[in-house]
Amino acid sequence: MTSFSRRQWAPGAVGLLLAAFLVVFLVVPVVKVIFVAFQDPNTGAVTLINFVDFFNTSLFRDSFVNSLYVAGTSVVVASVIALPLAYFTTRFNFGGAVLIQTLGIIPLIMPPFVGAVAMQLLLGPNGSVNLLLDEWLGINIPFMEGLNGVVLVESVHYFPFILINLSAALNNIDQAMEESAQNLGSSGLRLFRRIVFPLAMPGYVAGASLVFLKVFDDLGTPLLLNINTMLAPQAYLRISSIGISDPMGYVISVILVAFSLFSLWVSLLTLRGKDYATVQKGGGGLRKRDLRPWEKASCYAVVVLILLLVLSPHIGLMLLSFGTVWSYSVLPDAYTVDHYLRVFGTASQYITNTLLYAGLAGLADVILGTAIAYIVWRTGLAGRKWLDYVGMGAVAIPGVVLGIGYLRTFYDFQVPVIDKPLASWWVIIVVALAVRRLPYALRACVAALQQVSEMLEEAAENLGATKARTVWRITVPLMSGGILAGFVTSFATASVELSATIMLVSAESDAPLAYGIYEFMQSASGRGPGAALGIIAVVIVGIGTYVSHRVIERGRRERAPDVALAAGV
Amino acid sequence: MSQTQSAAQRATQSTDVTIENLSLSFGTTEVLKGIDLTIGRGEFFTFLGPSGSGKSTLLRAIAGFGPRPSGRILIGGEEVTRLPPWKRNLGMVFQSYALWPHMTVRRNVAFGLEERKQPKEEIRRRVEAALELVGLLDLAERRPSQLSGGQQQRVALARTIVVEPRVLLLDEPLSNLDANLRVQMRREILDLQRKLSLTTIFVTHDQEEANTTSDRIAVLNDGVLQQVGSPVELYDRPANLFVAGFLGTANVLEGRVEAQDGRPLFRTADGIEVPLTEGPDGPCSIVFRPQNLVIVAEGGEPAGGAGAVKLSGVVRHREFLGSIIRYAVEVAGNVILVDDSHQRGQVTLDAGEPADLFFNPDEVVALAG
Repeated sequence: MTSFSRRQWAPGAVGLLLAAFLVVFLVVPVVKVIFVAFQDPNTGAVTLINFVDFFNTSLFRDSFVNSLYVAGTSVVVASVIALPLAYFTTRFNFGGAVLIQTLGIIPLIMPPFVGAVAMQLLLGPNGSVNLLLDEWLGINIPFMEGLNGVVLVESVHYFPFILINLSAALNNIDQAMEESAQNLGSSGLRLFRRIVFPLAMPGYVAGASLVFLKVFDDLGTPLLLNINTMLAPQAYLRISSIGISDPMGYVISVILVAFSLFSLWVSLLTLRGKDYATVQKGGGGLRKRDLRPWEKASCYAVVVLILLLVLSPHIGLMLLSFGTVWSYSVLPDAYTVDHYLRVFGTASQYITNTLLYAGLAGLADVILGTAIAYIVWRTGLAGRKWLDYVGMGAVAIPGVVLGIGYLRTFYDFQVPVIDKPLASWWVIIVVALAVRRLPYALRACVAALQQVSEMLEEAAENLGATKARTVWRITVPLMSGGILAGFVTSFATASVELSATIMLVSAESDAPLAYGIYEFMQSASGRGPGAALGIIAVVIVGIGTYVSHRVIERGRRERAPDVALAAGV
Repeated sequence: MSQTQSAAQRATQSTDVTIENLSLSFGTTEVLKGIDLTIGRGEFFTFLGPSGSGKSTLLRAIAGFGPRPSGRILIGGEEVTRLPPWKRNLGMVFQSYALWPHMTVRRNVAFGLEERKQPKEEIRRRVEAALELVGLLDLAERRPSQLSGGQQQRVALARTIVVEPRVLLLDEPLSNLDANLRVQMRREILDLQRKLSLTTIFVTHDQEEANTTSDRIAVLNDGVLQQVGSPVELYDRPANLFVAGFLGTANVLEGRVEAQDGRPLFRTADGIEVPLTEGPDGPCSIVFRPQNLVIVAEGGEPAGGAGAVKLSGVVRHREFLGSIIRYAVEVAGNVILVDDSHQRGQVTLDAGEPADLFFNPDEVVALAG
């Protein structure tokens, strides 16, 4: 802090507070986890012995290979689902484009583990589809057999990341790029290989590495499908059954973090310097052509098939939540609202807890996000970029790892008044949710701030408003759309978070929805109420997603005709 | 009349600006180098220069934006160099107007008075007076995005003058308007400035804008102040080649001045000779304007009066510009531009035809170096 002039003391103080928060609740716990992984459990010396033990245990070796296999295969399956959809919308005048856009959102409004049980009932060995196939064709397809189940659930859930990124990349290719290649004598496959493919590649890799990261870190889906020989479930089981002193949980955490960082690095690497701003004036996108009738029919067939697959968790969950008994039959035997009554009657604390936790976490995220964005982009504080880097760094920390880190770091810290360890106080769940969702809110706030021309702030200062008054009257109101969108995103995704929460819930009465669903789904009789809770979660997230979508759209429309902003330098 | 009264108040508030040895750097790049300037009370003063000359940076430094400069800025004798922008009471109109899109026109204009904690009734009265002054009272409840470019410009002006600033700072305020509106708005700004006798600093890269509005102009290039003077002074007596070339079109010949028969004679390496009434000895450039030359076909009637200098050359090309025809004539390896006023049915010279040029040496400006 070289130039700590009088004008900078206020942002300086805020910056230090933000830094302290990030250090205490993100950096320290993660460093602690890494440190323990490299520490001899008996002597405390720095050692690689834990890693040697890890790879000498066949269970862990299998888990490691299984996690890699599931993540890799999920990327492939997700690509197979996403590629035709992206291709249809960008190459053809295809009426189903709206359908495909919807497809890109539907899976994301349901956490993967919620749909896992429902998919088991529809696609499992004794599920509806296989019962029908057996009856008609005498075959049984092992969709959900072992790791296949995890791969299928994850692919169906995460393919939108590839679809969205790839479609954006394809849409950003200017028609003139394609036409100038044709003008210079290139066509067909050569044109695709030399122009379209390289231009779209960064978008695809960005989406694919995100899918890899998410699947590799996911805890809820394998747990609910009862697949324990994967890394994240092993970490959870070691810590929850053996205790927080067992080094294996920490070793797994280090491996999870390493692979997360690796896939983020890959996506950054492909995107670096390839931010092709290829769209010139007059709109972009490849040239689209009309479809012949039979082509149109086959396009629709593919889209509908994918739609059915994508909707299967939702359909299954809906049936499960209203069904009485559903076992060895295509559909439930009868329908009832009892599960919902039971959930609202005896398990309503899950819902209120979720609204409280996710609401507080979302609020914390937008306050942190706005403050960090302002300090990074509007002040000259030394080291300000680090707030951004560290805040974004949370993206690379799997929930399991953060949970283990919190347990290890805060178990010995007694919260004064309530006289409980911080690690088992419900507030720590809110903090974990806030830290995990901070990257999304932070990006939303940064984007919102960058929309605000600095001249609008200078004009206020010129007319007599101090920095603080300017932030209050000009900057924050102009950012409000982005801030709200950031809040809703944080809220919606935090309300179905499981992996950090499951480690930190210390009492049933403190548990949120996601944990409740997990608890219910453990027993056959709990499936109905669990599904009802799942539907409630989907409704909460769905409403949140819709609201944030509307807010963003409205902001875009309001800004569009605004000369003052558009003309800003 | 409250309006005339407050206009009179403003006139007494209006003040002079002094800039002493002002330098400013962005990192290691020096963008202003030792600027010294005095701007008089009530003056319409323009910073003119190409983009990157530092003119906007200088204006922003006066307003208190950007990196802190070295040197001093005084407003009415008070040093403001270390004051934050909100304590300077200088009204700035931004290039993009910087109207706040989340506020109505009325709230935009009221902002500065609210920050000054004026009573509500006072704010309402002054906002309406300011909006009336710029003719936008009926649009007070609109949002900025519902206004045309010219209307936005007027709101920006009203928002600035309503706080009765000591100096009005205008940062290329016309550059976002189309050509017709630009002429109209510059007239309006000048009228407003005269009515309020408000010391005004105007930044532009457009010499026509500068010439038509300014009492005085400071020409900047590369962060260095080139010359200060009235528009006519700058045009007729440029201090250096940059000013000569930036304000209007200039013919420049390089050569030497030597005394001949006791009078200075300018001579280029190619043998062009121009007798001067005054001029420095040694290496020298002479500058003269295209409209100071008369062009006739070779061997035609001499023109330009008794002492006229004659140059002979060949027409290289001809451009029809409406009111004038501009010839480029090659004379001993130099291309000289000549403007001939256009009349209907006039005989013109074609490329390749030999021509004689005549001009009065009194119109020539000699610059040493």
